[in-house]
Parts: sequence; structure tokens; C-alpha cells
Amino acid sequence: MMGSFSYVRAGSVKQAVAALAHDGARLHAGGTDLLGCLRDRVFDAGSVVSISGIEELGGIAALSGGSVRIGALATLAEIASHPLIRERYPVLAEAAASAASPQLRNQGTIGGNLCQRPRCWYFRGDFICTRKGGSLCYAFDGENRYHCIFGGDGCYIVHPSDAAPALVALDAQVSIAGPGGSRTIAVEDLHILPKQDIRRETSLEAGEIVTEIVVPPPRAGLRSTYRKVRERGSWDFALVSVAIAAVVAAGKVSAARVVLGGVAPKPWRSIAAEAALIGHAIDESAAMRAAAGAVEGAQPLAQNAYKVPLLRGALEEAVMSLARP
Amino acid sequence: MSTHGDDEKGGVSRRGFLGGVAGFIGVTAVGSTAEATPVPKAEIYEASGLSKLTLQVNGRTHSLLVEPRWTLLYVLRDRLGLTGTKPGCERGECGACTVLFDGVTRYSCMTLALEAEGHEITTIEGIMAGEALGPVQQSFADEDAFQCGYCTPGQIVAVEGLLRQNASPSIDEVREGVSGNLCRCGAYGHIFKAAMRAAAMKQVS
Ligand code: FES
Ligand code: FES
Repeated sequence: MMGSFSYVRAGSVKQAVAALAHDGARLHAGGTDLLGCLRDRVFDAGSVVSISGIEELGGIAALSGGSVRIGALATLAEIASHPLIRERYPVLAEAAASAASPQLRNQGTIGGNLCQRPRCWYFRGDFICTRKGGSLCYAFDGENRYHCIFGGDGCYIVHPSDAAPALVALDAQVSIAGPGGSRTIAVEDLHILPKQDIRRETSLEAGEIVTEIVVPPPRAGLRSTYRKVRERGSWDFALVSVAIAAVVAAGKVSAARVVLGGVAPKPWRSIAAEAALIGHAIDESAAMRAAAGAVEGAQPLAQNAYKVPLLRGALEEAVMSLARP
Repeated sequence: MSTHGDDEKGGVSRRGFLGGVAGFIGVTAVGSTAEATPVPKAEIYEASGLSKLTLQVNGRTHSLLVEPRWTLLYVLRDRLGLTGTKPGCERGECGACTVLFDGVTRYSCMTLALEAEGHEITTIEGIMAGEALGPVQQSFADEDAFQCGYCTPGQIVAVEGLLRQNASPSIDEVREGVSGNLCRCGAYGHIFKAAMRAAAMKQVS
């Protein structure tokens, strides 16, 4: 049973930001992650501030200039099925379609998906771990087969979002509203590592909310894909995932962004994999070099060394799937 | 926006008792004016005590009193007596609690009842064809698409939701469409067949 809380139905972003200024206020968009956390008593809420009825936060539309605006309340189902997204940004449509179950995709929003809390079972369970203000990461010496192989430091979560690596690969921007006004940053800069702040997963300040995402216009020759490996075929979080956006001109890759999911506390950009692709045709040797680059520096824990070859394989497959437009 | 509750100055309408959140008034007042132009209101439902909620379920309007923390699943079953919707995991993982929310499938265990205000909710009871079984229900019976039957209402509502979006799904689309619904008896093969039969039946009728 969830603890009791008051409920605020915000009619505007301004009202939501104001209501969030109160101690113990928690934001509710689709509510799927929030209710999970409240029920597991990961935290309690003094008040739940719902933005689900704020119309201007929804919708998916092309902007003049060719970018696409995705409102924070657009659901994963809307993103997965939207013709603009499917046509221009397959990596994002595929990532959204691969997340969770149909019911959760109908309810879960892109804003909430980016801001969801980690799935680490110690964090979700009755453990006062480092992320909850304690002094121990129970996963480090415990059950860690689903934990990170990059970027862990006092906490070894993986970022659970499928859409986030896709948005980072597409170099999307995210707009944020808060008590101090609005700001826009790269999605790449939204998520942070434990060494930056072990208590939170994003750079959002108290009272700030994601309002929209803007994906830049697709460049000529853009090819993109999302490859997700999960334990259970029907629906599951990623063991590893790979989002690639590559621009191919005259048979060679002229630009590429390779972003890994399920392996680090944030969407993990692999500059080494990108470098292995840029300037080359997409073929098996490029795929193998990119895969080797992607796993450089991996530091598996006791139970998750399997993620290294799994990631290599997933990356090779993802690259090869882009060999043809 | 709000059609009920006491509108107070400051652009805030409050329901239920005055509780520990009085501080909200001052905050939400920001930006509102005393002009006649309607300012959108942040509605507050107090944590302690019950607040009035109007729900549209299966085409009927229900007025009831709820706590903010009550889920739609709890309200449907324990307040409205619509026990066809089942509690399974109550954590968004099994699908037994699936309902249609504006015609689209959702887990009612992961939805606050207050979130359903202003939306059309359809439960397993609402997809009957009058006194008779609806086409999806009939197909499940015809195909023996269950053993214990506990997951069945959720499976049927999931198929109903799928067919409303995609009237003639492929078998892979059916598998995907019910992938958010677990069956501990493993009746999946029959469930997929029932869904295909329901699609065909709906197209005939
Ligand atoms: S009871 Fe809602 S998904 Fe299991
Ligand atoms: S019929 Fe028993 S759980 Fe599905």
C-alpha cells in the first residue's frame, strides 16, 4: 500500500513548478514509475503533482526548419507509431517500441521515461544504499548481474531508458522549466554519473520539469537503428542496447553517434566506436572494430562479465543492419 | 476546468478537508488575478480525508469519495463492485488489471483513480454485447483460451484494445498486443487463436 499523499492537478507548467517547491512533492506524468516507487516505498510523497492534463505538454509535430518537437507527455506508444518519427528517426521509433509492455507504453511518457528511477533491486528494495543516502552499494559485492560495466563509482546502476540512448544518438535537445525559468540542454547532458551526484540520475534541479524534446532535422544520408538484447522476449529492460545514428555519404560514414544502453548509469556514448566507423564503409571489419572500441575500458563486476561479449555482438549486428539504407 | 469544488481566490480550488498542505494556496496564487478572465486552477485533493471524484465507467457516471492514493483498480473493484478486473501483481507486470482508458489499454493498478477523471473507462463488464458475450469474450470461450481463468479478463481487454487499433492483426501483432499480459497457466497458444478468431468475428459483424 502506498503511503498517503495529497494530489495536485496542475493546470499549467507554472502551477506545477510552484507546487513542486514544497517538501516531499513528486511529479506525476504517466505515473508508471512514480507509483512503482511509492508502492515499493523507495520514497514517500507528501504531495503528488500531476501534469497529465496539461495539453501544451503533449503532441508530436514538425517544426519549421525540419526538426520535430515531442512534448514531454507524448507517450512511448505515440512515439513508436508516429509517421514522422518512424520515417525520419527509426532509432527512436524502434527504441520506444521496445520499451516495456503495450499497456505501459500507452501510459508512460517520454519525459517520465527520461527521468525514471533506476531498477537496481537494492535501490527498489529495503536497502539504504548510497543512492538513498546510505554508505554502501549493496550491488557491488552482491547480486550484480544486471548492473553496469562502465561509469560505476560508489553506485553501479544502469540507466533503464531505451529512448534516452536513441535521443542522445540523434543529438536531441531537452527543454526544462523550473523556478528560475526555462532552459534547454542536450539530452546528452541530462543524465549524470554517480561521481557527479550519487543521489540523482539527472541534472534536473529541485522543482524542474522536462517540458519538451526537440530532435534536429535528419541529415541527408542518415541511417539509424536500435538493437536491444533482453532476457525475456515479451518485455524486459535491456541487458545491453545499442543506438546508432550514422550519416553515410558516397559510400562512407561521414558522421556517427553510437550510444549504449544497459551498461552504464547513463546513456553511454562510445567515442571509440564512433571513430572506428567514421571515414569507412559499413562492412564487417568496421563493425568488428567499432565493437572492439565499444568495450574498451569495460570494468565488469563479479556477475556481469557476460555483458562485454553481448555488447560486442549487439553492436556488430546494429552496425551491419545499417549497411544498406 | 473544474466544474465542482469550491473555487477560492488565488486560482486554487480545494476539495475535502483543509489539511497539512495549506501552504499551497499562497504558492499557486502566483500568476492569478482577480479579473473575470478564468485562470486555470490547480486543484488540490487533501491527503487526509475523502474527496469527490466523478468517473465514467462503461458508459455510466459514478460519483464517489476517494483518497488520492487509491488506484483505479481498487476503486473499480472495491468501491464500484466491478470485480471482473483482477488484481495480480499490483505493480504493472502481469496485466490482470488491464482496462481501456479512452479506448486504449492500461494497467489500472498503476493508475491513480483521480487520474481517470474526465476519461472514459471500459472494463471487462463493459465489453458485453448487451446480455450476450462480446465477440472477444465469445472467442475466448470458443477457443478454450484459459485454464484457471484468472488472467482472462485482462487478456480479453488487451485483445479488445488491440482490435480497436488494428482490426486485422497478424499473429505476430497479436503476440505483441498481449505481451503485457501474463498467463500463469500458459494458455498462450489458445489466447492467440482466440484473438485471431475475435478479429474475424468482429469483421463479419
Ligand atoms: S495487477 Fe496490474 S499489472 Fe499486475
Ligand atoms: S488461465 Fe490461469 S492464469 Fe491464464
